[in-house]
Amino acid sequence: MNPERIISLRNKWFTYSVGLTAGLAIVSIVVGFVWLPSQQAGGSLPGFWYTICSAAGLIRVPPIHEQVVQPAYVTTSVEIVPRMLRHPTADSIGHGATLALRCTMCHGARGVSLADIPNLAGQYPTVIYKELADFKTGARTSAIMQPLVAGLSDTDMRDLAAYYASLPRLHVVAMSSGEPPLIVADGAPIRNIPPCGACHGELSAATGAPWLEGQPAVYLRTQLEAFASGARHNDIDEQMRNVARGMTRQEIESASQYFANSQ
Amino acid sequence: MLNSRRLILAHFWLAFGGFGAALLLGEWQMFVRSPLHAWIGDPELYYRSVTAHGTTMAYVFPTLIAMGYGYLVSETALGRPLVGRSWAWAGLVLVAVGAVMAIVTVALGLSTVLYTFYPPLIGSPFYYIGVVLVVVGSWIWVALMAVNLYAWKRQNPGVPVPFPMFATVAGAYLWGWTAVGAALEVVLLILPVALGLRSTIDAGLARVFFSWTLHAIVYFWLMPAYIAFYTIVPRAIGGRLFSDQMGRISFILFLVVAMPIGVHHLFEDPEVGSGFKFLHSVFTALVAVPTLLTVFTICASVEIAGRLRGGKGMLGWLAVLPWRNPVMLGVAFSFIMLGFGGAGGLINMTYQLNTTIHNTQWVTGHFHLIFAGAIVIMYFIIAYDVWPHLTGRALDSLGLMRVQLWLWLIGVTVLTFPWHYVGILGMPRRMAFYDYSDPAIAAQAPWVTVSVIGGAIVVLSAILFFCVLVRGQIAPRVEPGAYRFSVAAHPPRTLPAALNGFALWLGLMVGLTIVNYGFPIANLLATPRTAVPAIMVGASR
Repeated sequence: MNPERIISLRNKWFTYSVGLTAGLAIVSIVVGFVWLPSQQAGGSLPGFWYTICSAAGLIRVPPIHEQVVQPAYVTTSVEIVPRMLRHPTADSIGHGATLALRCTMCHGARGVSLADIPNLAGQYPTVIYKELADFKTGARTSAIMQPLVAGLSDTDMRDLAAYYASLPRLHVVAMSSGEPPLIVADGAPIRNIPPCGACHGELSAATGAPWLEGQPAVYLRTQLEAFASGARHNDIDEQMRNVARGMTRQEIESASQYFANSQ
Repeated sequence: MLNSRRLILAHFWLAFGGFGAALLLGEWQMFVRSPLHAWIGDPELYYRSVTAHGTTMAYVFPTLIAMGYGYLVSETALGRPLVGRSWAWAGLVLVAVGAVMAIVTVALGLSTVLYTFYPPLIGSPFYYIGVVLVVVGSWIWVALMAVNLYAWKRQNPGVPVPFPMFATVAGAYLWGWTAVGAALEVVLLILPVALGLRSTIDAGLARVFFSWTLHAIVYFWLMPAYIAFYTIVPRAIGGRLFSDQMGRISFILFLVVAMPIGVHHLFEDPEVGSGFKFLHSVFTALVAVPTLLTVFTICASVEIAGRLRGGKGMLGWLAVLPWRNPVMLGVAFSFIMLGFGGAGGLINMTYQLNTTIHNTQWVTGHFHLIFAGAIVIMYFIIAYDVWPHLTGRALDSLGLMRVQLWLWLIGVTVLTFPWHYVGILGMPRRMAFYDYSDPAIAAQAPWVTVSVIGGAIVVLSAILFFCVLVRGQIAPRVEPGAYRFSVAAHPPRTLPAALNGFALWLGLMVGLTIVNYGFPIANLLATPRTAVPAIMVGASR
């Protein structure tokens, strides 16, 4: 048997290896948790203990409703969930149809516009409800829409959404829109732009994202430009602003044309 | 004494079979995302291929090599039959079943999660269970290595453990502890979501657990290569191992400091504090010590061979080395690639420099240079060295071996150097589609093409490798003699207990893990509302 005891203060291998490892760890901890953070902050950190906690990665979790950062503009107050506004009653649709009479001037008698105004017939109800609510709160601005929605109650807006969603989508013989442009089909991964269909697709629509086929090209282009400039900001996670900012003028134009020509 | 030939050969064939298939997938990926091929239009296919390539190359191939070579070392170095051979077969079956299970779900498109899992992306539970089976199979090997060493020590009290076995058991313990991180991630965080028991996952905590495994797994891949440096190279080129003790210290250092350093993979992750990032950086730097010790010892051992062959002067011994011997070529090429790969690694582990190359093609270039280059070339050498002893047949296609090794060096260099370069230029990794008409990456297109050519050379080299092995299987029978390891210039007659066992080093390994990982894990566990909704692969929205 080997009589030498390893775990013993008399064993130099033990004392040296444990001492060296512990010494190195302690020096690294002092440097990493105290010295470097204090140097980096230029002495502006509020104290020794704060410095250590911050370097250790302690997170202060704010109370659940505490707003950490206040944006300089009104944000949307609508929380969309997948099953929202499904299966409306006939009364709801009927009431929505009555209210919709005041929309016909621009959006067409049956939700299909002849001008460069969005077609609403068959649009997802969550989309219509969210936009109406955003116009009402000022999260989305429009000199025309804001006065029109000012008097609508929450029920009114839900009924309008139910009505327009119940209308059949316009199906005319598709104009030849050809192969989708690259920006539509594949996005531009190098600029963090996903393909449009990732959210606006017929097969995999993200909750809250509208379908776009057949919407007027002018409308689509102005909205993309508004997202890019930040004039429109009711996309709660900035998903559309981030996409639009990275698109070139040609890409905005070709994507708008492609969707306008698709049915 | 080599009684478990079929067992070991089965490990090697399964390993190299998987390697060959995964290699083709890798080259396909290089090709379809290069300017030579139009965009395939479906990122899903690309990512499936990445998942299968990574899962096979990272979890299955090196694990089987380490297991097979470990059994060989145990029998030949200890000179006694393997204890628990049926358990070893059970381990192999588990690895094989797990690998097939994982890859089938990947092929079906149910687990396109890339091999590093990437929660909150969640795939089919069968994928994760498959990976767990692979790990459990390898843990059987870990246990068998420990048991065999223990049995030998009881018979030979106070006698120095043969160095090859000492190094192998160090590698086994390293893997045993390293795999715990990913196992915790899969079992505690991912599987409950994959099985539908939970719908949210703490992705940050999962990444911390994975980093526990992620870096040291590379050293586990490296272990068979390092063992070959010490135990095959000096003998094969007619030299002596410069220092047995230095070798032991290298493997001990790997055991202690290779594991608790994974947070340098999380430099950009906000959930880990900067202090811990610094701490892990320091210990990552320490891994250079055993590597440099190894480079020194092996160069000294090679010099002994050169001097024994009549080499004189400061560099004269280099010229007389047996450069026509595949082992000599292999170790030289491996060191070249290890040198460049290690230098690149210094950039990865440096907090500030890492920001330049984080998530770029540099990183993929780096780990291919280290793994496919420095490590896999030594796996070839191991196979060439042990094949006659496993098959009982001659392996004498020396010319073919030399061509194969040269092609591997050239291929990996042409593959990975441009890969690093486009990373420095900012080309991101993990993307299926690169629009080379985009001015941001247009200038990188020619270099990506060069990489594809490098990949093709690598594939060609692999084909030659299989030709050599297959010729070895059908060659005339020979009596290869007993399998021998390198002999040290001064074989130790006695050793300090610390260099003949693992208790102290395992204690330090676990202790350092607790210091380096304890608080970040506890902090994330204690922080409320860190879970995010899981994204199920292939689920309809």
